[in-house]
Amino acid sequence: MSAWDRVLKARDKNRPLPLDYIAALMEEFTELKGDRLYGDDQAVVSGLAFYKGRAVTVIAITRGKDIEENIIRNFGSPNPEGYRKALRMMKASEKFRRPVIMLIDTKGAGCAVEAEERGQGEAIARCLYESATLRVPMISFITGEGGSGGALALASTDEVYMLENAVYSILSPEGFSSILYKDSKRAKEASEIMKITSDDLLELGIIEGVVKEYDDINENMDKVYGEMDRILTDFMTRSEKLQIEELLEKRYERFRAFGKVLWQPEL
Amino acid sequence: MLTEDRAELKPSVPEGMWHKCKGCEKLVLKEDLKRNSLICPKCGTYERMGSWERIELIADKGTFREINGNIVGRNPLDFPGYETKIEKVQQVSGLNEGVITGYADIGGIRTAVGAMDSNFIMGSMGSAIGEKIASLAEFAEFYNLPLIIFSASGGARMQEGIVSLMQMSKASFAIKKHSDKGLLFISVPTDPTTGGVTASFAMLGDIIISEPKALIGFAGRRVIEGTIRKKLPEDFQSAEFLMQHGFLDAVVKRKEMKSYLHKLLLLHGGK
Repeated sequence: MSAWDRVLKARDKNRPLPLDYIAALMEEFTELKGDRLYGDDQAVVSGLAFYKGRAVTVIAITRGKDIEENIIRNFGSPNPEGYRKALRMMKASEKFRRPVIMLIDTKGAGCAVEAEERGQGEAIARCLYESATLRVPMISFITGEGGSGGALALASTDEVYMLENAVYSILSPEGFSSILYKDSKRAKEASEIMKITSDDLLELGIIEGVVKEYDDINENMDKVYGEMDRILTDFMTRSEKLQIEELLEKRYERFRAFGKVLWQPEL
Repeated sequence: MLTEDRAELKPSVPEGMWHKCKGCEKLVLKEDLKRNSLICPKCGTYERMGSWERIELIADKGTFREINGNIVGRNPLDFPGYETKIEKVQQVSGLNEGVITGYADIGGIRTAVGAMDSNFIMGSMGSAIGEKIASLAEFAEFYNLPLIIFSASGGARMQEGIVSLMQMSKASFAIKKHSDKGLLFISVPTDPTTGGVTASFAMLGDIIISEPKALIGFAGRRVIEGTIRKKLPEDFQSAEFLMQHGFLDAVVKRKEMKSYLHKLLLLHGGK
């Protein structure tokens, strides 16, 4: 399958969304709203739930199922208050020692006048910054699109997984091609060289694993849930065995290692 | 105006000695501009500063020592023509990559300093810049030094794709480590600072200051204008705009930058 076919699958309007996974894998999901600063951004859905009897924090960035829901969810593009809500939930997890499970389907952070006025850059930066030392296990799944810094804000975690036909990229193929080729219509061509598929990112070591979709994800949801369930259970078991300091050191090293560089010999 | 310009254009002076101000569009002698900290002597417009000019502006004479100067990136996506592009930019700019890092004395206070350069592929952040920023923060953490970073960046280095994106977390994590040791980080986003640099270390300073009219934002102006189909006001995403919205501590004139930084260092117990 070409990278572009996967982009189309990731964007498919019938594709399962983060809330579907939460409903299938968690019990007693209780949504908690608001960033306590400005408002409640519905592109980010957060709350508490039981996973296998254990209280966890769940944070998702999601688009909507239809046009009405998409309008409420700003087509899955959070504004600063969305990231600040996520951050508030992360800090609370630390206080109450709940692992954080994050699910991501976003084209990217919102690009709007209001988002700039309220500090979109600062809001994302703060999520990365606090993720560095958040003293609880953190895991992320990219279920659809993982667009740029807007996705990374919730993916600076101990382990990151992707659905087989999800994509994770520096920018949308359209944006990438308009910057590099000065032509947004060459998105298809751009997607093939950008290395945005789950296979490519696994090979580059950006993610820990891939959740198979078995040709048609909608026909095989039970298998997909089963696979995610296994990943989550394994992660919980693994991270519980570690001291928090070890966990944080591993998280730091995970990101520190990306993009190892060459030293030109000293003259 | 025209005659004035002509009077300045002495025929014996080679063209390369003149610079056309982007503000008043008058010609100024490059030497005069340089002597005036790259501020137009006629209208006061700020020209962009390169890494070395920035270091010269704030470091006590002869005290700067570069670290990790030889770090260069790689081509993680095997992006066609990327190595050739880097080599060409290296030759033209005289830089190895888009940031210079090291340490210097500022009014006698030893400080870790990074200065990005928009002449190097718009200061876009790839693995080399991420590595140099993270290493600088770790260096400052190890030696208990305050840290000052001048950013200037169009955002992520597209040619390095997802690896560029990861640099945002890598740099932010290192900044957090430095901060957790109780050390000071002053971020100085300069014209222009946008995208992934704004959404990571540039917005993580204990204190964040900038220069008059510097462009600082997350999304590009044209992207937003395209979405809302309206022209945005001229001061949108300017340093003054950010200060008004609570994201900058102060807008500091270039000629006062060194003394302002020195004062901040002193106020944080710098010796």
